Amino acid sequence: MSQAQAIDGRQDFIITKGKQKAHLKCDADSIAGCVSQRACVYCGARVVLNPITDAIHLVHGPIGCSAYTWDIRGSLSSGEELFRNSFSTDLREQDVIFGGEKKLTAAIDQLAAKYHPKLIFVYSTCIVGVIGDDLEAVCRTAAKRHGIEVIPVQSSGFIGNKSAGYRAACDALFRLIEPENRELVGKDKSINYLGDFNLAGEAWIIRDYLRQMGVTVNVVLTGDATYADLKKATRASVNIIQCAGSMHYLAGRMEETYGIPYMQVSFLGLEDTSESLRRIAAVIGDSEVVARTEALIAREMSHTAPVIEGYRQKLAGKKAAVYVGGGFKAISLIKQFRELSIEVVMIGTQTGRQEEYDTINDLASDGTVILDDANPSELERFMTDQEADLLVGGVKERPLAYKLGKAFIDHNHDRKHPLSGYVGAINFAKEVYTTVCSPVWKYVRAGGEGHE
Amino acid sequence: MLDATTKEIKERASGGVINPAKTCQPIGAMYAALGIHGCLPHSHGSQGCCSFHRMHLTRHFRDPIMASTSSFTEGASVFGGGANLKTAIKTIFQVYNPDIIAVHTTCLTETIGDDIPNIIKTSEIPEGKMVIHTNTPSYVGSHVTGFSNMTKSMVNYFAEATTPLKKEQVNIIPGFVNPGDMREIKRLTRLMNAPYIMFPDTSGVVDSPMTGEFQMYPKGGTTQPELIDTGNSKLTIALGRFASSDAAEQLDKKCKVPAVTLKAPIGIKATDALLMTLRRAFVSDVPYELEEERGQLVDIMTDTHFHFHGKKVAIFGDPDIVTGITEFVMSLGMIPVHVLTGTPGGAVGSVVGSFEEDIKELVDQAGLKANIKAAGDLFTLHQWIKNEPVDLLIGNTYGKYIARAEDLPFVRVGFPVMDRSVHSYMPIVGYRGAMRLIEMISGALLDRQDRDAADEDFELVM
Repeated sequence: MSQAQAIDGRQDFIITKGKQKAHLKCDADSIAGCVSQRACVYCGARVVLNPITDAIHLVHGPIGCSAYTWDIRGSLSSGEELFRNSFSTDLREQDVIFGGEKKLTAAIDQLAAKYHPKLIFVYSTCIVGVIGDDLEAVCRTAAKRHGIEVIPVQSSGFIGNKSAGYRAACDALFRLIEPENRELVGKDKSINYLGDFNLAGEAWIIRDYLRQMGVTVNVVLTGDATYADLKKATRASVNIIQCAGSMHYLAGRMEETYGIPYMQVSFLGLEDTSESLRRIAAVIGDSEVVARTEALIAREMSHTAPVIEGYRQKLAGKKAAVYVGGGFKAISLIKQFRELSIEVVMIGTQTGRQEEYDTINDLASDGTVILDDANPSELERFMTDQEADLLVGGVKERPLAYKLGKAFIDHNHDRKHPLSGYVGAINFAKEVYTTVCSPVWKYVRAGGEGHE
Repeated sequence: MLDATTKEIKERASGGVINPAKTCQPIGAMYAALGIHGCLPHSHGSQGCCSFHRMHLTRHFRDPIMASTSSFTEGASVFGGGANLKTAIKTIFQVYNPDIIAVHTTCLTETIGDDIPNIIKTSEIPEGKMVIHTNTPSYVGSHVTGFSNMTKSMVNYFAEATTPLKKEQVNIIPGFVNPGDMREIKRLTRLMNAPYIMFPDTSGVVDSPMTGEFQMYPKGGTTQPELIDTGNSKLTIALGRFASSDAAEQLDKKCKVPAVTLKAPIGIKATDALLMTLRRAFVSDVPYELEEERGQLVDIMTDTHFHFHGKKVAIFGDPDIVTGITEFVMSLGMIPVHVLTGTPGGAVGSVVGSFEEDIKELVDQAGLKANIKAAGDLFTLHQWIKNEPVDLLIGNTYGKYIARAEDLPFVRVGFPVMDRSVHSYMPIVGYRGAMRLIEMISGALLDRQDRDAADEDFELVM
């Protein structure tokens, strides 16, 4: 479909920088009938909690929800691998008619006996929300019986979009991290690192930078976290957040309840990485840390910057389209592409928030198309009209870009190497170069070089 | 990662699943609907279902998978999804302009009880366009059931007996297989000189060529006139009991088209059965080209049989595929020790299907014994393997965990395969598909032999 029509009611969700008022509509439900790229509440909740490595993630529902989320995140673990299994109550017709509580209880008993976990998350799916199983009660009783924590995650698919799932996950985490001893709250001179899921080991890279600066990471939420790590979460004196879409809400609740302040950081691209490290040092407020931070930045930049410059020369003038999950990643990507002299000509998110879109609008060049909750035909139209050379997106966007003869980068679950920090910036530049400058594009169109 | 899997097998009374060997109905319905030309599958439920199915299919086929969703909200689940579906139908025709919308339900909409036919009847449908539907409650059956249900709905909505005499043509229902398999089945049928209608037919849809343009509705797929004309064919061949026979029987009931259910044509015996059925129905000779292919396959089997003989195999996946593979590996002299599908239906003695009986019959005939299970999961399969080790594992991508844990050679077959590419273009059906299977199986076994060989045993010629 080359002439995609705009859907009635979608106009407010798409703007062109410089041509309209800056206000983009977002954070609304998708229109029924759209080929939306968005997922559901369960998906949002699962991706946030899944990296907790020694937990059992039990999906209460028919088999699908559990099958599709089996080990898909690419979160790395330094120890436990329990989270990589797929556990489901596999609800059948009889359960739907008579209720699934018995089956859930039996499944928890069986898993507790088999794996001896300290923590079980029980995810509710669409159907559980409708048949009315009392997850709270089942979990409470099971927790008592086994002397472990069994935490229900209220993630019925239809109660909102993916963002609602992030909130459901944060609610579950908030329950989990409740300290036994209030005296210790905020007492450690350490920080929590929120919103990094340790894809391809990214959280380890950041943890190492912070170690070099003399800053201790208390716990990462949730990349490579264990039950015991999370139990200490409230001891940290500051929270830093990378993926704001998923963790902003938890940071807010922790500030409210425990008085732990938070700050937004980003480790995507050289500029944001250096700036974030400096801001963290400033918050710690220790001159030693500040000095070590400057030394770290200088050290890293001295070998990173020339590599990036090499790629920049090869890539200058290319145009990129960006369609990612959250707004903060989108913002960082605009800056990161600028470091490579690549202009972002189309940018959108599935679940960006208003203030994030305001920032995107400030950063973007005139003529850039900005859109929320895009569907494939919109992506196709704007990638083509804006003459993008490359799309940054997730699983479902990849073949779409390829079919249009555009290069592609997965900035989601399917990434194969870390994209965070200085090493991530090099990986990113290399990946952009690899895909944009691949010889395969020469063969795409009839009459191209491949047809000699 | 599977360290916690114990050798000791305890009865799991909960009925819960650990590491599934199936997924839910709607994805099968979505895949089947993609096999209709100009059709947009529509998922009537929450956004996540549609997103998960598209993601899963995208990872397997590496092609854009288009489908829309009713985008359920809390209100819709309380007051019913009628309004959402009506809005969706209107939006879809206005914006995406398909010829056909194929609606499938989800566990949510089945449970709240949306009356889909009635909602469709009262929806705005432009002249010449169609909306079809099928019910796919996720808590019944598996993705194979969903495929079967959508295929059956194609018969319900389209098939018509319009000619006084049946036409000299055959309907072929290929089952839940790759487009590469569908292409091969069509090639065989063409070579047998039998005019055919294949439905559903995802070739040319999910294996579409690169043109530099995005086609929302690629060239492939069974066309609407073809679907209508299935009612005039003189025979339906359903390939695979689980994915295809329901639709074939429905076509018999509705349009008096006689139905034959055959095994998925995997391996020499099942391919012979398909060609013989076509030969009988169309009184045609098997052309030399196919005789040659068959002869080549037998030649390859004799050239390589000593690699396979007595090797123990574990096989899992969808019932129709697993049955075919089991029969084929036995023809190579291998021993199927563990055979498992996640799809329910088929406990011995049940009327719904008979996976366990089918497999039991196969192994009984050879005087063998095997662990056989329908509605099983990969945890069970892993425990079986721990108790009775095998030389080879055959199944979809999810088998890689067991293959790693037990250090087994592993051949990827079935759905989904998400960690390798090109497989969806290549057949495992027909004589050529059998050759490919032999190449894959012997490659896996011999690579292992090379890897493990001591220097003095490392051989150039094998």
